[in-house]
Amino acid sequence: MLAFLLRRLVSLIVTVWLASIVVFAVLQLVPGDPALLMLGVNAQPDTLAALRSQMGLDQPILTRYLHWVGGLAHGDLGVSLTYARPVAELVAERLAVTLPLALLSLIISTVLALPLGLLAAARRGRGGDWAVLGFAQLGVSMPSFWIAILLILLFSLTLHWFPAGGFPGWTGPGWGGGIGPALHALLLPALALAIPEAAILARVTRTAVLDTLAEDHIRTARAKGVGRVAVLLRHALPNALIPVATVLGLQISFLVAGAVVVENVFTLPGLGRLLYQAIGQRDLIVVQGVVVLLALFVVLVNAVVDVACALADPRPANSGQGRVS
Amino acid sequence: MRRKLPLSLHLGAALTLLMVAMALLSLLWTPYPAEQVRVVARLKPPSAAHWLGTDHFGRDVLSMIMVGARNSLAVGAAAVGLGLLGGVPLGLLAAALGRWGDEVVARLGDLVFAFPAVLTAILLTAALGAGAINVVVALALFNAAVLARVTRGAALAVWRRPFVGAALALGRGPLSATLVHVLPNIAGIVVVQATILFAVAIVNEAALSYLGLGIQPPNPSWGKMLGDAQTFLFTAPLQAVFPGVAIALTVMGLTMLGDGLRDWLDPRHRTSGVM
Repeated sequence: MLAFLLRRLVSLIVTVWLASIVVFAVLQLVPGDPALLMLGVNAQPDTLAALRSQMGLDQPILTRYLHWVGGLAHGDLGVSLTYARPVAELVAERLAVTLPLALLSLIISTVLALPLGLLAAARRGRGGDWAVLGFAQLGVSMPSFWIAILLILLFSLTLHWFPAGGFPGWTGPGWGGGIGPALHALLLPALALAIPEAAILARVTRTAVLDTLAEDHIRTARAKGVGRVAVLLRHALPNALIPVATVLGLQISFLVAGAVVVENVFTLPGLGRLLYQAIGQRDLIVVQGVVVLLALFVVLVNAVVDVACALADPRPANSGQGRVS
Repeated sequence: MRRKLPLSLHLGAALTLLMVAMALLSLLWTPYPAEQVRVVARLKPPSAAHWLGTDHFGRDVLSMIMVGARNSLAVGAAAVGLGLLGGVPLGLLAAALGRWGDEVVARLGDLVFAFPAVLTAILLTAALGAGAINVVVALALFNAAVLARVTRGAALAVWRRPFVGAALALGRGPLSATLVHVLPNIAGIVVVQATILFAVAIVNEAALSYLGLGIQPPNPSWGKMLGDAQTFLFTAPLQAVFPGVAIALTVMGLTMLGDGLRDWLDPRHRTSGVM
């Protein structure tokens, strides 16, 4: 197990390092002068020179990379051209919207998926099973941003239950409008993100529970007189949670991508909206900082999921791999 | 005995063929030219003249959806095709080389998975500008990483089977064994995965076009149509429904096709398919 953990740590460090190179390298592909691209052709020569100096464009590329990575390690992501504020500050501010949104959608998807998956497994081949499979098929087929638009149409424009967009009291850091209105504004976006995730998780739960139900210890428990519901909840569900947790962890990267789009549907001032606006504003410093942070987040979550799964079930981590010839 | 084809395979193939037929038909015929602007006929509800109504420029929505199908499927096909070209050889190589090759593919996979396809596309757009090509590149990179992993896993299992060992003992080289024995035995798994990735590519393309980073106007795309429709949600709500239905039907067709193929190729998975 220790060897596995060390191997995973080394792989994490290598991936983080490579990810930083990729983000840095891709933004070097900007044709022509990046400072000119950001400021436009009407920029004053001294403003251009100042930005070139701030971006380190007058230095060799390796120096620039080392300087940027060094800053990254100390939480310094540069200064946004549009907002004239440190990118780290902007990110921290926007996380106050994106993190609760992601967390809320994870909670909703799990709360929806586990009972549905259990129900489908318990009713295998019957109406309940087909209904859940139908929901799952529909859920994975509908993009979250379309679900978001349909939710706005129904709950905001028709029923007037929820706001169609925006975030109350967004005048600076924190939840200026209070917890209630903020959650009210986050519920529809979270639901839009959660429905496709719940569809996938419900299918995974159903499969995992069915696989567990086919195992010997379940048959033994039934033979000893344990009831169907108790077997499902006490024996099948806990064993099925490892694959469910694995998929939940892997869904984080889809959640990140989904949040970028859904935040824009609801004009929520989160990280995704900041990234999208930064592209429009040609603020490459913000784009670079946000993308690298999101990538690091995904890498970290994947590593945590790997380690958690290895701790819960050490067999795969210790089993040898490779071609047998 | 000939195995019965799963229902999901029938339904998936029918839906996919329907969308492909619509895309191909748009090459020859659409009710109106998809880019024809008629401001006097803007935001019209469905009627005999415009079956799905018109958008804010008076363009015929059905015609736009038909051409959008062509664009979406073209982007999806290119992203999956390039993914196959990159991922399958890499996965086969990793399996043939054993531990060292495994390590390289695993690390490359970790790196690509650090960037969800939408994030890669955003990064490329920031550097090179918006457009379908950047979307294809971003999606193809992600697909190649997934396909390399799937190919590697499936190929490793085939390498362990006795007939491959026998072929090697009889003097067949690793390259020849890979092409003659390994590749045909993993083709089914790869095709299933490619079908699912096609569906994922359609969703991602639509999301990026919704943000204005994908297929560029005046070329119609389902995602962009939804983005435009959101502005007129109160006056013309149906405009936000039809392109979404087109996306959902295409994705549903492809995922059901993938699930059905998997069930057919490996009946142990039947009704327990997991994306």
